[in-house]
Amino acid sequence: MMIEVRLFATLRDARGKVLMLEPDTVSTAGDILSALDIPQEAVAILLINGFHSRVEDSVKNGDIVALFPPVGGG
Amino acid sequence: MSGAYYEKIARINLTTGEIRVEPLDLEIAHKFIGGRGLGTKILYDEGVATVDPLSPENKLIYITGPMTGSASPSSGRYMVVTKSPLTGMIACANSGGIWGAKLKFAGWDALIVEGQAPDWTYINIEDDKIELLDAREYVGVMSEEIDGMLKAKHGAEASVLNIGPAGENQVLLAAVMNDKDRAAGRSGTGAVMGSKKLKAIVVKASRKQLDNIADLDALKEVNKRCLKMLTENGVTGEGLRTYGTAVLVNIINNIGAFPTKNWQESYYPTADAISGETLADKYLVRPGPCYRCPIACGRVIKHDDKIIGGPEYEPLWAYGGDVGNDDLYTIDECNRLCNEYGLDAISVPCTIAAAMELYQRGYIKEEECDGVPLEWGSKTALIEWTKRMGAPESDLARLMSSGSARLCEAYGHPEYSMSVKKQEIPAYDARAIQGIGITYATANCGAAHVRGYMISPEVLGLPQQLDRTVTDDKAAWAKTFQDLTAVIDSMGNCLFTSFALGAPEYADLLNAATGTNWTVEELLEIGDRIYNIERMFNKAAGMKPEDDRLPKRLMQEPVVNGPSKGMLSKIELTLPQYYEARGWVNAFPTDETLKRLGLDECIGK
Repeated sequence: MMIEVRLFATLRDARGKVLMLEPDTVSTAGDILSALDIPQEAVAILLINGFHSRVEDSVKNGDIVALFPPVGGG
Repeated sequence: MSGAYYEKIARINLTTGEIRVEPLDLEIAHKFIGGRGLGTKILYDEGVATVDPLSPENKLIYITGPMTGSASPSSGRYMVVTKSPLTGMIACANSGGIWGAKLKFAGWDALIVEGQAPDWTYINIEDDKIELLDAREYVGVMSEEIDGMLKAKHGAEASVLNIGPAGENQVLLAAVMNDKDRAAGRSGTGAVMGSKKLKAIVVKASRKQLDNIADLDALKEVNKRCLKMLTENGVTGEGLRTYGTAVLVNIINNIGAFPTKNWQESYYPTADAISGETLADKYLVRPGPCYRCPIACGRVIKHDDKIIGGPEYEPLWAYGGDVGNDDLYTIDECNRLCNEYGLDAISVPCTIAAAMELYQRGYIKEEECDGVPLEWGSKTALIEWTKRMGAPESDLARLMSSGSARLCEAYGHPEYSMSVKKQEIPAYDARAIQGIGITYATANCGAAHVRGYMISPEVLGLPQQLDRTVTDDKAAWAKTFQDLTAVIDSMGNCLFTSFALGAPEYADLLNAATGTNWTVEELLEIGDRIYNIERMFNKAAGMKPEDDRLPKRLMQEPVVNGPSKGMLSKIELTLPQYYEARGWVNAFPTDETLKRLGLDECIGK
């Protein structure tokens, strides 16, 4: 099992759409941002398994983390 | 003529050909602002609520707001207000482009169209001059082509509003189109226009900007502040320009609120193929802004060999996950067909989705489908049935062109129509996002997302993040969003500015332009007043409390897949809270509420 990181919109630039991370390399969502060199302010919506979460929230094996920059619509 | 109104309304009777210029009552205008609010007030006072929507007695109002055409941000909006043939209630469809601004530049706050022309007619406006001209040669012609033909005749500087074949055929899902690909799309306004044999309205104006702002220096100052806020906001400054509203596909799908196969599922595994990111990669040419819009959410795409308007989030969802289709080219094509026929690009695909579920369950038989079975994800079915709904010939096509509520009722299974007040529900699953369900249930125009966009706080975190799964305080939030939206719609600015601007900015913009001195509280009270007069229009039109209900599926069938698996709408908890917040009992305002809002004309009705 791994942690699946899904990137969207401009966060995909030079990083790709989906990255798989070893769970023993990260313990929080913030660690994932650091590992991918994404500044915290670049992320407006952070989902862990489909629910809005914070950078200090922990992540575990099998989680899906989705990251979006500020975007919107209607 | 100061204060951002030209104080002039044209009343055009198509039966008699009489065109009368009437003064705008400024006191009433200030009380209802303009646009949606003032349009509804006029219809209410003139007794339109009880007429047959497709009869000559219905009235069709094209109305600007005081900010329409002004130097304020995203000010190209106007509204079409009438009694809806789809819902039988108030219709107030909003559109952008530049047509509304030009109507204002020509010196008109609104046009009230009455009666029915003896034969196909179009209205030609050149500043003060209004004339009725023969439109017979444009009958049967697609919307974009009419735009070109009328510009060739009246000059490239003219702006054209028209109906396509759907409106001519009085299809209940017909839109009013303007500037080629902008639509006052919902509630069947195009059918009302068709019933009057009115094909188009052409506007030319000598003015290139408003010359009647109450305090131009003050407006410039507020505008500067607003533009800074819009530019610095991640959503309005960059996100919408880069990806359009289409960027929502992946967000909404990733929280498990992306209705799939007529809401049988709520997560679509291949959604990325039809997302804003993929649209930008494969087809986007440039953003397509409306008049004076720094946000530029519109999409201009390459489609075959043509450069055309591209799909927004709603049709990407409705012609995508909701019908089990992940082919983006097909969505672009269907969206183009909706623009050409002049169709609501939400309700049409949602009705196809309902038909596909009826077909899946064996209620619609293959032999009824004229060689094009309604199978999930069938590209041929999506394209062909859109065309058939735009110019219906068979019984099934005519039934489908009347919307999912009438379709599903006719097959004895109304539960498969995902609609409220007979209007199809937009692209957010109300089981997974509790507050948006309140908006859907209580929107006076039938199910709509843009009458109180709870997605903003519940999903996008604007102005603050609310937990989408709980009901706490959602009724009060929905009411505030509905009231502020009624204000913005009536001012003539685009609702999308509210991702960055708040009520204080709208108050300052309106006060500078019109010379009023509204506080934020007073402004929101105007929004409340507008919401209440819409509700009283609906009451007079025969609305019942049970019309404020979501489809049973949302309360009884838990989400089956994705992150929101197991969730249900808790509307039965939030609806009473909402009524209490509004001062309503059993879906309607009390006399005390009407009195408080200065709606004395509605008391006792």
